[in-house]
Amino acid sequence: MRLDELTRPDFPILERRVNGQPLVYLDSAASSQKPRQVIEAMTRYYETSHSNVHRSIHTLGEEATELYESARDHVQRFLGAASREEIVFTRGTTDGLNLLAEAIGRTLRPGDEVLITEMEHHSNIIPWQMAVRDRGAVLKAVPVVGEGFLDVEAFSRLLTARTRVVAVAHVSNVLGTINPVRQIVARARDVGALSVIDGAQAAPHLPLDVSQLGCDFYVCSPHKMLGPTGIGILYGRRAALDALEPARGGGEMIKEVWIDRARWNDLPWRFEPGTPPVAEAIGLAAAIEYLEKLGMHQVSEHERALTRDALDALSAIPDVTVYGPRDPEIKGAVVAFNVADLHPHDAAALLDAEGIAVRAGHHCAQPLMRHLGTVGTVRASFSVYTAPDEVARLARAVSGLKSML
Amino acid sequence: MTTAAGVYSSVIRERWRRPRFRGVLAGATVTAEDVNPLCGDRIRLALRLEGPMLAEARFTGDSCAICAASADVLLETVQGKSVADAVAVTTEDLLTILEADIRPTRMKCVTLPLSALKAALHAS
Repeated sequence: MRLDELTRPDFPILERRVNGQPLVYLDSAASSQKPRQVIEAMTRYYETSHSNVHRSIHTLGEEATELYESARDHVQRFLGAASREEIVFTRGTTDGLNLLAEAIGRTLRPGDEVLITEMEHHSNIIPWQMAVRDRGAVLKAVPVVGEGFLDVEAFSRLLTARTRVVAVAHVSNVLGTINPVRQIVARARDVGALSVIDGAQAAPHLPLDVSQLGCDFYVCSPHKMLGPTGIGILYGRRAALDALEPARGGGEMIKEVWIDRARWNDLPWRFEPGTPPVAEAIGLAAAIEYLEKLGMHQVSEHERALTRDALDALSAIPDVTVYGPRDPEIKGAVVAFNVADLHPHDAAALLDAEGIAVRAGHHCAQPLMRHLGTVGTVRASFSVYTAPDEVARLARAVSGLKSML
Repeated sequence: MTTAAGVYSSVIRERWRRPRFRGVLAGATVTAEDVNPLCGDRIRLALRLEGPMLAEARFTGDSCAICAASADVLLETVQGKSVADAVAVTTEDLLTILEADIRPTRMKCVTLPLSALKAALHAS
């Protein structure tokens, strides 16, 4: 049985019709849909166990704490982290990257360098711009070459003893390029730089093992992984996390407080001030269980087949320009394209009229758009529930687009 | 199959395919540019003022069909009018001419040329 046949009954929203047509949801890279199991776990929690976590000395508080901390164990297992202390809950990938840029940023000195790439999402650009600003530090970017690969020679040239941080997307949210993060992490370590991997587009689709990868930090977003919005995952290698001074304060992140000073709490709570997203963590745990039951290798294989279908079908349409690597073996579950001289927003609006949801625009990657020489692209992206006939419906609709405007 | 009617009225489609005011204006006395942060669309206006009159107007830029059509009908409306009349044009006026049912998410596409025009005329 194909993965979509197996999973579709679990996703109530897929029964919806949009503009009189059955919904074809091809925007999972922006946010995936949620299976009943996730929705029910969160509802159950709110109906039976909700209270604040950690310091509530009553039954509900204990239940909520146990569920919340159990979600951390789920994430540890899913990412292949060495210990649960290495998993910090944030509000999302953007929040995780900001947390890192704030904390690492305050250690930057004049002349220090942060190395990113031209294909980064704005959330892996702006926080580093803010981190280097006013500190005399410098932000540099590895250019994109060919079909959408990082320029390896430029990377070697730009990575120096001055480099303090290398922050790179595991998978590009536009091109789909799977970057050689293992080699990048190793090279960063050689020069004594911290490695930060933006896994927002990788964690929903690829089997991961952060310990084996060897990175210092890895961030991702549960809402792209069949889980809820409002929670983020920040993995930090124990020594790297321990070396970070927290940049955000509040309850829960401390052991003892005086008016003029405080002693920080242990990992991971040191980086979790305030009431955390408890229901969201519980939803995330359910999403991880769901993905683990499917198996990430199967998920990856299913989405690769869809990517291959989409690349084949879209490339065959006259006047369609496809961006990013053409080989689905080295590509995440996204295909970006443009149709003749149609603006991507017009293309998306016309596809929506047929019930097809795609992303269109600059995808928060304006430097990459500039490199590609376009204001934006249309982007179709896939998940466990995406069916091959939905990709076929997209291709049929795209081939008729030009005559519609 | 659904048609493009609705958001993409025949006016928008016609103006997108065959704009009447797209182009470079030699001898422009005022230029203005505005960007839609939502989509990165860019519209550039070139105007030639003769005393209190807006004698000639053209636009260039990368934008969607709605934005381009809006710019086209806007410049048709204001060319040959007084600056005072030009700044009095409203979004509702443009929507009426465009004969389109624009959703809130695309309203900025309609208003971008208008805000650029008003900024240019107020600055001049």
